[in-house]
Amino acid sequence: MIAILDYGSGNLRSAERAFATTGQEVVLTSDPVIALEADGLVVPGVGAFSSCMNGINAVNGVSIVRERLKKERPVLGICIGMQIMFSQGTENSQGEPFKGIGIWNGVVDRLNAPILPHMGWNTVEADPNSVLLKGIEEEAFYFVHSYAAKSSAGKKQSWSFYGERFLAVVEDGYVCSTQFHPEKSGTAGLKLIRNWVDSL
Amino acid sequence: MALSVRIIPCLDVTDGRVVKGVNFTNLVDAGDPVEMASLYDVEGADELTFLDISASSSGRETTLDIVRKTAEQVFIPLTVGGGIRSVSDVDKLLRAGADKVSINTSAIARPELIAEIADRFGSQVLVISVDARRARTESGFEVTTHGGRESTGVDALSWVEKACALGVGEILLNSMDADGTRAGYDIGMITAVRSVAQVPLIASGGAGALSDFAAALDAGADALLAASVFHFGTHRIGDVKAYLAKHNYSVRNVLAT
Repeated sequence: MIAILDYGSGNLRSAERAFATTGQEVVLTSDPVIALEADGLVVPGVGAFSSCMNGINAVNGVSIVRERLKKERPVLGICIGMQIMFSQGTENSQGEPFKGIGIWNGVVDRLNAPILPHMGWNTVEADPNSVLLKGIEEEAFYFVHSYAAKSSAGKKQSWSFYGERFLAVVEDGYVCSTQFHPEKSGTAGLKLIRNWVDSL
Repeated sequence: MALSVRIIPCLDVTDGRVVKGVNFTNLVDAGDPVEMASLYDVEGADELTFLDISASSSGRETTLDIVRKTAEQVFIPLTVGGGIRSVSDVDKLLRAGADKVSINTSAIARPELIAEIADRFGSQVLVISVDARRARTESGFEVTTHGGRESTGVDALSWVEKACALGVGEILLNSMDADGTRAGYDIGMITAVRSVAQVPLIASGGAGALSDFAAALDAGADALLAASVFHFGTHRIGDVKAYLAKHNYSVRNVLAT
């Protein structure tokens, strides 16, 4: 069973349906027990880094993610759900950056590009050992974001480029994340979701 | 690695059917929206836009249902516009399966709506739809409402600048002079808006020949929206992409299933 952490409004319906294409049972939930016990937990994310963290904190999401990783249970972060896996985010912060869950050390910072958000289909430079991108290394995925992690994190990194190089996918044992939206990336995105579900 | 140009078919929906006419009048029935959305997805559309032109609240409920059904089978971004007046309208659409919403008349009447939506859901969900035409305003372009039927007297470039400052994530620029004519996008208008906008720009209105799409990109559009040329089969999405690829624009090829 796949749990999608529901910690606020946004389009979770697409994520639910996309993960359901694997044949797995999928639930949208903010129940900590279900989120902890599921075979895989998806942490989606919309809005700004800080509002996303507020939502996560309201459902005790930091402990859920940490506890799952301690118990070697897979977690997949998507978009802002990837960004908050890092220790710091500068979006909307006037001084000190906001704190993330902090699975990876690093700052999620504004992309240096003349037109933001980075919105649309872009390709990635896949890590040669990537499990998530296996068979879809050359495909384009749908991105919508203005901030990104630009320094290396985790065991395997796949990069993309918009104005500058940034992390598109991080695979680090039981925690993986994608800056793009696999649930909105057509057939290629569904294949990535299948790859992740097959790895559980 | 390069960001691809987005090709976006627009489905004008009323009471559960897709319609499209010239200059927003003479509506002609063009098909079932969920079927058309699936077809365009398979053909390589990079996003889809539903514009709800229903006049009634029952029509709006039907559109929510169409959004739900589409989101169940189409896994590319979906923007919905038409009749959105509040944060709660946006919430309903996002929960039904929309990824972005586009607002127009309601934001002109009450610009704070832009900030309210952006604060709650993030700028990335919010497209400001600008229905503009050539007129004697400061920039030579004026914002209209009600599908071009009503003049606002608001200068289009000033409005775009203000909307960007309030937090929109994207601009959908629709030329009311060119809309439905298939005589080409309004290149002057695209160039002018590009010069003041730091968010992605979708050009709309007037697509006819394949070279029209390239001309809009050269003027600074990031994405191209079209309706009638796709609905009535003048061009397939694949034709547009093949033409653009041949002329060295970056396009996404669809992964075969």
